[in-house]
Amino acid sequence: MASKAPTIRALTRYLLRPPVPLHARCQRRQYSAAAPGARLNGSVEYDTVPILNHTSKSALSNPELPAETRNGQTKRINLYTAVNEALRHALQTDERVLVFGEDIQFGGVFRCTMNLAADFGTERVFNTPLCEQGLVGFAVGAAAEGMRPVAEVQFADYVFPSFDQIHNEVAKYRYRSGSTGVNCGGLVIRMPAGSVGHGALYHTQSPEALFTHTPGLRVVIPRSPTQAKGLLLSAIRCNDPVIFMEPKILYRAAVEQVPVDAYHLPLDKAEVLKTGKDVTIISYGTPLYTCSAAIAAAEKDFGCSVELIDLRTIYPWDRETILNSVKKTGRAIVVHESMMNAGVGAEVAATIQEKAFLKLEAPVKRVAGWATHTGLMFEQFIIPDVTRVYDAIKQTIDY
Amino acid sequence: MSFRYMLRRIWIKKVLGPQSCLNGPGRVAEAPLWQRCRGVASTANAEKVLFPGALNSQFTDKLDFMQPSEQNAIPTFRVMNQLGEIIDKEIGVETENEEALQIYKNMVKLSIMDLLMFEAQRQGRLSFYMVSAGEEGISIGSASALHPSDVAFCQYREAGVYLQRGFKLSDFMNQLFANAKDNGLGRNMPVHYGSKELNIHTISSTLATQIPHAAGAAYALKMQNIQNPDQEKRVAVCYFGEGAASEGDFHGALNIAATRQVPCIFICRNNGYAISTPTSDQYRGDGIASRGAGYGIATLRVDGNDIFAVRRATKEARRLALTHGGQPVLIEMMAYRVGHHSTSDDSFAYRQRVEVEDWKRRDNPITRLRKWLERQSLWDDAAEKELRSKTRKEVLKAFEEAEKEKKPSIRHAFEGVWEELTAEQREHVSEMRDVIRRYPKEYDVEGFEGGMRGLDELVRKKA
Ligand SMILES: Cc1ncc(C[n+]2csc(CCOP(=O)(O)OP(=O)(O)O)c2C)c(N)n1
Ligand SMILES: [Mg+2]
Repeated sequence: MASKAPTIRALTRYLLRPPVPLHARCQRRQYSAAAPGARLNGSVEYDTVPILNHTSKSALSNPELPAETRNGQTKRINLYTAVNEALRHALQTDERVLVFGEDIQFGGVFRCTMNLAADFGTERVFNTPLCEQGLVGFAVGAAAEGMRPVAEVQFADYVFPSFDQIHNEVAKYRYRSGSTGVNCGGLVIRMPAGSVGHGALYHTQSPEALFTHTPGLRVVIPRSPTQAKGLLLSAIRCNDPVIFMEPKILYRAAVEQVPVDAYHLPLDKAEVLKTGKDVTIISYGTPLYTCSAAIAAAEKDFGCSVELIDLRTIYPWDRETILNSVKKTGRAIVVHESMMNAGVGAEVAATIQEKAFLKLEAPVKRVAGWATHTGLMFEQFIIPDVTRVYDAIKQTIDY
Repeated sequence: MSFRYMLRRIWIKKVLGPQSCLNGPGRVAEAPLWQRCRGVASTANAEKVLFPGALNSQFTDKLDFMQPSEQNAIPTFRVMNQLGEIIDKEIGVETENEEALQIYKNMVKLSIMDLLMFEAQRQGRLSFYMVSAGEEGISIGSASALHPSDVAFCQYREAGVYLQRGFKLSDFMNQLFANAKDNGLGRNMPVHYGSKELNIHTISSTLATQIPHAAGAAYALKMQNIQNPDQEKRVAVCYFGEGAASEGDFHGALNIAATRQVPCIFICRNNGYAISTPTSDQYRGDGIASRGAGYGIATLRVDGNDIFAVRRATKEARRLALTHGGQPVLIEMMAYRVGHHSTSDDSFAYRQRVEVEDWKRRDNPITRLRKWLERQSLWDDAAEKELRSKTRKEVLKAFEEAEKEKKPSIRHAFEGVWEELTAEQREHVSEMRDVIRRYPKEYDVEGFEGGMRGLDELVRKKA
């Protein structure tokens, strides 16, 4: 078959003959792309977006970092490299840490575990057979016997074979064991999640709401390389099991200055990314970029002032920060990718309504995925875009 | 039957005598082995164990752990050697010349479609693709030995099953482009084909989930075979990779298939890799075939590069699957994944280029059949050249036509979740439509069949 190479090339030319009017910049066919003349949609610019640290100075001014780290160096890296650095640090500093999952030994399908097997050996960093229920259950046992396993599920869409292990075992281990004190804290289950434009039904999902219904789990979703590194290190150190969902489109798209040192970020604090007076937007993960672009346009167009909060830890979540903000602004919008029905937005909105009802000037608005599956060609209509967030701001302040 | 239940029956037998032991005295003679009442474990001088969990085991005084690694590997069935020579001339190939030619042409067609679609993805004209290189014989050969009414469940590397059953190039291309003519309504990623007419269920990306489905479908077929005795008896066939066979669903499927004795052929494509994971990280037994015995299922390992072996094995599996009212069969088809896992994968990050080159040179289902055809004087270079050029043109024509089609109607984003749209969904559609109307520049709906009308219809259509 090797001899056929020239033919392929010839065919390539043939294929290319009728030039197709594709956007010059897009490498692959974008099944879900913004309209060519759009002003709002497609306006997320990762190079300049204010929620990433584009300079070392802004990276080091983060008050959550310890003093030593703030006096240290930074490096411009993307999110998968930040995950890799966190895993590397954990493996280096704690011999209880194990890293395993499907295809992780060669670096993983998203490159998060690059070089870890080579540097730490395949006793601690290894491929598992293709079985999510097996590998997650394996992690539970290892954690219960004192290790700190970081198990990777290749895509959040494929976590469900291990749902029983997570919901019935991981979450209930400590409670069930009573005064024996045995638990599976130290267990982290990492998984890439979220939409990328062409993932359709099974490479797009963000199933966080299925885990936030389960007491005993901590659910964390980082928005950036800095956050991913610090939150993942905290998750590994945490004595509760953590579901760590990494927005996979950000693996490469989100690049920023990240402290070189290891550092830990809190697992019980939301973060106010931008202060504002008129309306609070609560979100997490990729939609924060959508929100940031929408806020820029809305503030310019309507002269309003919008506060943006990253929930970060989706469960248990920081009610105080959110309620304080909403009590101040009197208006709230919750934005997430996954379906609106029984989603995180429902929980946040209900809590705001219960605890801040008299301060509310408008109903709490949810901008979320619609009650359907993410069909390949329809992602752009289903996942919240800049326009929908922009419009939600307008509707909420005009209410 | 639970152990406790068994003990209760034994007790009843002691008290009431043998007659009342079973459901009715008239059925004593017909009761299968496992239903017959047994005494306690054994008598002092019995040679056989009578524990309910292992009825045919002999006693032994040797402490001998079974060591699977010390046993001979399960042999691999072949009809034709690498040179295209038939090993048992008496049995021959059990294939008419015409059929062999048709199969050959389909394998070539599949490989050409793969080359072109892989290239098309590299050029940004498709978002994703997966090739069958090295495994064309498994899908096309097995499909050629089944009845068209048999029900198939695939993983994703079995485009050959679709092709052999009559899926047209335009059907493939419409799905790959997820255009308005795609019968998946633009919802699925490329290569997730499905066809009701061809009795192939639509592919799910979630590995191994189709294996228990196949067992259940086979049970439905078993019942229907009994209920409609005049119709052609049907089996279910299920394809999956050796990686997928590590999933719990595989175990659940084969075990229930055995206990319900369903007419299902489980076909494992063992191509040596699951993305980057070599079989040595996937399992430590003798492939997937060794598991068949564990489930009590008739099992065969086959050389997947030998189209005649694939066909004979599948035909015989089908016959077996339909004997005694139904029984599952497992076939492990051996191959090598010549291509990258998918267009998202660069396999040279985890395997040597020479390993792949070696394999390509060593053996291949297409060249092996070509050798045989040439030996029979059924094929020559001129025929090959003509076939390739004609097929290329056909593929490219279908490709260009599909690329020109509109995108499917936006209504398909919401329909089909439930049988009918819910009130909640209708509200979501209204909200979405309202946003698109107020921000027309932000959305390109005209590329979708019917534009906004797709949504209007949904909102209007009251339950
Ligand atoms: C439940 C689940 N887990 C993980 C994946 C990701 N994944 C897709 S294909 C694949 C490898 C499958 O290998 P195998 O079954 O041997 O089939 P092959 O690709 O070799 O044909 C993996 C891990 C998935 N699709 N579904
Ligand atoms: Mg495989």
